[in-house]
Amino acid sequence: MARSSLDKMMSVTLQHSQSVTDLAAPIRRPWRWHIVVFLAPALIVYSALMIIPIFETLRLSLFTSKEQVVSFVGFGNFETLFGDERWSKSFWNALWNNTYFFLIHMLVQNPIGICLAALLSVPRLRGRSFYRTAFFMPTMLSFVIVGFVWKLILSPLWGVAPSILAAIGLKWLFGPWLGQEATALTALSLISVWQYVGVPMMLIYAALLSIPDEVIEAAECDGVVGFAQFWKIKLPLVLPAIGLVSILTFVGNFNAFDLIYVSQGALAGPNFSTDILGTFLYRTFFGYQLQLGDPHMGATIATVMFFIILAVVAFYLLVIQRRMRRYQF
Amino acid sequence: MKQAPILRTRRIAVHTILGAQTLIAILPVILIIMNSFKDRKAIFSQPMMPPGPDSFSLIGYETVLKQGDFLNYFFNSFAVTAGSIFFILLFGAMAAFALTEYRFRGNVFLGLFLALGVMVPIRLGTVAILEMMARSGLVNTLTALILVYTAQGLPLAVFVLSEFMRTVSDDLKNAGRIDGLSEYVVFFRLVLPLVRPAMATVAIFSMIPIWNDLWFPLILAPAEATKTITLGTQVFIGQFVTNWNAVLAALTLSITPVLILYVLFSRQLIRGITAGAVK
Repeated sequence: MARSSLDKMMSVTLQHSQSVTDLAAPIRRPWRWHIVVFLAPALIVYSALMIIPIFETLRLSLFTSKEQVVSFVGFGNFETLFGDERWSKSFWNALWNNTYFFLIHMLVQNPIGICLAALLSVPRLRGRSFYRTAFFMPTMLSFVIVGFVWKLILSPLWGVAPSILAAIGLKWLFGPWLGQEATALTALSLISVWQYVGVPMMLIYAALLSIPDEVIEAAECDGVVGFAQFWKIKLPLVLPAIGLVSILTFVGNFNAFDLIYVSQGALAGPNFSTDILGTFLYRTFFGYQLQLGDPHMGATIATVMFFIILAVVAFYLLVIQRRMRRYQF
Repeated sequence: MKQAPILRTRRIAVHTILGAQTLIAILPVILIIMNSFKDRKAIFSQPMMPPGPDSFSLIGYETVLKQGDFLNYFFNSFAVTAGSIFFILLFGAMAAFALTEYRFRGNVFLGLFLALGVMVPIRLGTVAILEMMARSGLVNTLTALILVYTAQGLPLAVFVLSEFMRTVSDDLKNAGRIDGLSEYVVFFRLVLPLVRPAMATVAIFSMIPIWNDLWFPLILAPAEATKTITLGTQVFIGQFVTNWNAVLAALTLSITPVLILYVLFSRQLIRGITAGAVK
């Protein structure tokens, strides 16, 4: 007992002096089993269910199966996806819709989130925590609930949406938005914005709170107040938070599925106008109506999604985040 | 003093905007809950009115409880969420402790390896996950879901818990070691109790996407016996589209547990988000 604690103490002192004597310390410590025990469960579950399946999916995309016989086709599936008219049309449609879905989030959700955060951080505001709780509430609900709630509200059968619009004199605006090809995707994007606007609000609110008072006081001394203060002082200081929100939005949007599936079904109607990569993957993988599911084409689409997400995340981490100026207070 | 009226109008403007957003955020949900307690006629004739003595009706709930096995769905969701959270916290805290406490070869690499999972969504591995579950006979079991959600939640848990593990005093741990405590005892008896607030935050964070997920229950466990409440609601509503009472009641039933949890924990959740973002 005494020896082992002595060992521990030595290893502690060693740890402290390691930076200095890193090279000059050839003392072999006994194999520390406890580190293995602490790490193993997490690493095993994480590798077995996340890392290996993702790489296995990448591998599956290089194979195809015909009548139970699996054969290697190299990049054949990708050639089909991009070259075959039937596949490529669906793919580009889904990719474009997905991009549109993301752009609506960037243009509507994040600016509204920033405005709400700015309003919430007004000093000595009453009811602040009530507002925060209310704004974040929709984020807690599942897409299943959100999708159906809005489907009911926007339904021309029920007439809630037209009567609310009538109350503010905009009745002419109403249409069966979810059922029209031209408006369905926009309506769904806005529903998703309704649900998730609490996230950018909260993250940017936190960033605004962390701006030290001295900075604000200095601005006030120089006569920079109100809107000018927000634009010139606060906004640049919370840019890293806005960057984080953007990349979270991107990853979330490019593997979205639930909302579309719940409100428009796997066929992402009307006429595929709301089809995004997630629903396209689901349909390909599981099949629908008369078309059989194809795990290898499904894996191919998942691989393409993987590289799209990876490319954008890497671009963000390596290019944008590095250039962003961080201020040390 | 001259500025006071301007400040007041500005204050009123701020409250107007925030109030409007509050309405936008909660009105749809209130509308659904309110109408679930009304009879069919009242739902359509006066959707904006709360249920009155002559429009009050529980017919929707009767249909739901008779037709759908909501109690079972609820139990499944609860078991999956609780099981996953337990393993996320236990394994996540152990890994976070090992990564922050000890220096060893591969430490940085393992940290980055785990961080990969924060950015890459686990859904992309679905094709292979389903194949694996089919091979090991885990399709249509709650175990499959718990395993997947544990893997999904671990990276963020390790990341957040590591931040907090670093703040635990070295003196305390070393004092324990001098008293002859093994590394396991140091971790479970000294460190874990100190990071309990962080564990609560991670638990609440991880819970939301698990409880709300539709994708994996739909793919890995769509059988009647293993349906979660999210999938159960989706399937039930799909079958009863035209029965508005039943649809509204089913929605209310699946909103309620989330709302109760949110009201209880919103303070902690919001504090967790704001504290995490400052770093």
